[in-house]
Amino acid sequence: MSTKASTPSSPAASPSRSGWLWSVAWLVLAAAALYATFASVHYRWNWSGVWRYRAEFMTGWFTTLGISLAAMVVSITCGLALMAGARASWDAVRVFCRGVIESIRCSPLLVQLLIGYYIVANALHVTDRVVMGVLLLGLFEGAYLAEIFRGAVESVGASQREAARAVGFDVAQTYRHVIIPQALRRALPGTTGQLVSLIKDSSLLSVIGTEELVKKVQNMNAATYSGLEGFIPLALAYLAVTLPLAWWARRLERRFGYET
Amino acid sequence: MRLEARAVVKRFGAHAALDEVTFATGADARVVALLGPSGGGKSTLLRVLGCLLVPEDGSVMLDGRALPHDEAGALAERRKNGFVFQGYNLFPHLTALDNVALPLRVVHGLERDAADARARELLHRLGLAAHEHKRPAQLSGGQQQRAAIARALAPRPRLLLLDEPTSALDPVMTGEVLDVIRELATEGGQHIVLATHEISFARLIADWVVFLADGKAAESAAARDFFAAPQCALAQQYLEGLSKYR
Repeated sequence: MSTKASTPSSPAASPSRSGWLWSVAWLVLAAAALYATFASVHYRWNWSGVWRYRAEFMTGWFTTLGISLAAMVVSITCGLALMAGARASWDAVRVFCRGVIESIRCSPLLVQLLIGYYIVANALHVTDRVVMGVLLLGLFEGAYLAEIFRGAVESVGASQREAARAVGFDVAQTYRHVIIPQALRRALPGTTGQLVSLIKDSSLLSVIGTEELVKKVQNMNAATYSGLEGFIPLALAYLAVTLPLAWWARRLERRFGYET
Repeated sequence: MRLEARAVVKRFGAHAALDEVTFATGADARVVALLGPSGGGKSTLLRVLGCLLVPEDGSVMLDGRALPHDEAGALAERRKNGFVFQGYNLFPHLTALDNVALPLRVVHGLERDAADARARELLHRLGLAAHEHKRPAQLSGGQQQRAAIARALAPRPRLLLLDEPTSALDPVMTGEVLDVIRELATEGGQHIVLATHEISFARLIADWVVFLADGKAAESAAARDFFAAPQCALAQQYLEGLSKYR
């Protein structure tokens, strides 16, 4: 009677001290390389504009966070609904949902935002830029999530569904206890990656005049004639959210991880 | 129990896996073995008998009562049966204990304590007491199949259906699992339908044999008569072929 040894955490899965040291080393090196590159083109730094607009940047950053959080809720809701629709047995629903998913995934977000806000929202007499921004961004990312969710649900094999039927689960119990727990784990890496993308994509909402972080930087650039200084804190502000999210996602993956 | 099939048809696309299968076992069959070459319809018939599949035509009678063809009725029937599959089909995200206890809670309405106690009792009986907190991937094939048998037995099924339960196992693990099944059949008095290629094992425990080939029941006979002298030529060839090297 042989039992395979269980390995709860491999060295690659959990960050070791040398992993942390290397992270810091690479960060310092990247910063130095960036600085050297700017120096090599004789870039003249002028941080006074950035400092004067620091309060504006903070409100922009919080707006970006708020919009991203709301759009995440919208996108996950849309993603689940579109995934369910794309798997529906009724042709009308399935074709409609597939059409929505493909047309959103296959066209640029920029175009969707411009037409969505200046034409569709206008026609519906909706003028709130934040609300429209959240809805359009949520729908866009939702279409991608729908495919991530569908892949995860469909990857739970026929033998698992049959086993669920065999122990007497009905359809709802099969989803609740067998398919969703397994699909969740498989959807996790793709979903968190998509949510990181969502935060970055929220920067495009500046084109419909939403006063989020990018818009604030553009305002400052226009008012102070500064060059690229604003974009450095901008990048750092995004990294301050996206890196912890990515790190947390990997932790979650390890927690839900099991051999199959 | 008495199992009877009347012109049962089950198609997958254009292929008729069961092509008017008709047979009837004796009135007090306890262990029915489904034998025959691969692709002959054993697995499909087993699923129809256990209401995992509903036939397109014909009917199956269990102790004189026709099995339902509607989904709700089939679900109710499945809840009275226990299934064991060739590939174990345990739930990989659950421990051995939860694999057994979850259906007891969700389907059969037991409280967590009662479900866990029943699950432990079965895992213990099947020699898995030390492994209850392991997930399927941490168990050997034989251990996984015994856990799957524990899951099938936990709700005290009227009928235990086994689909080639040892064909994915090496000879040692096969022995472990067959020991368990034999004990169930001989000492537990469990009603069993078993699809298998393990001819000597079938000879040991079956009291009725249905021989399937090309989607038809080529022979249905008391096990003693079947193994002594199979009537149909296909069954004779099959038995000779299998006993050639063992």
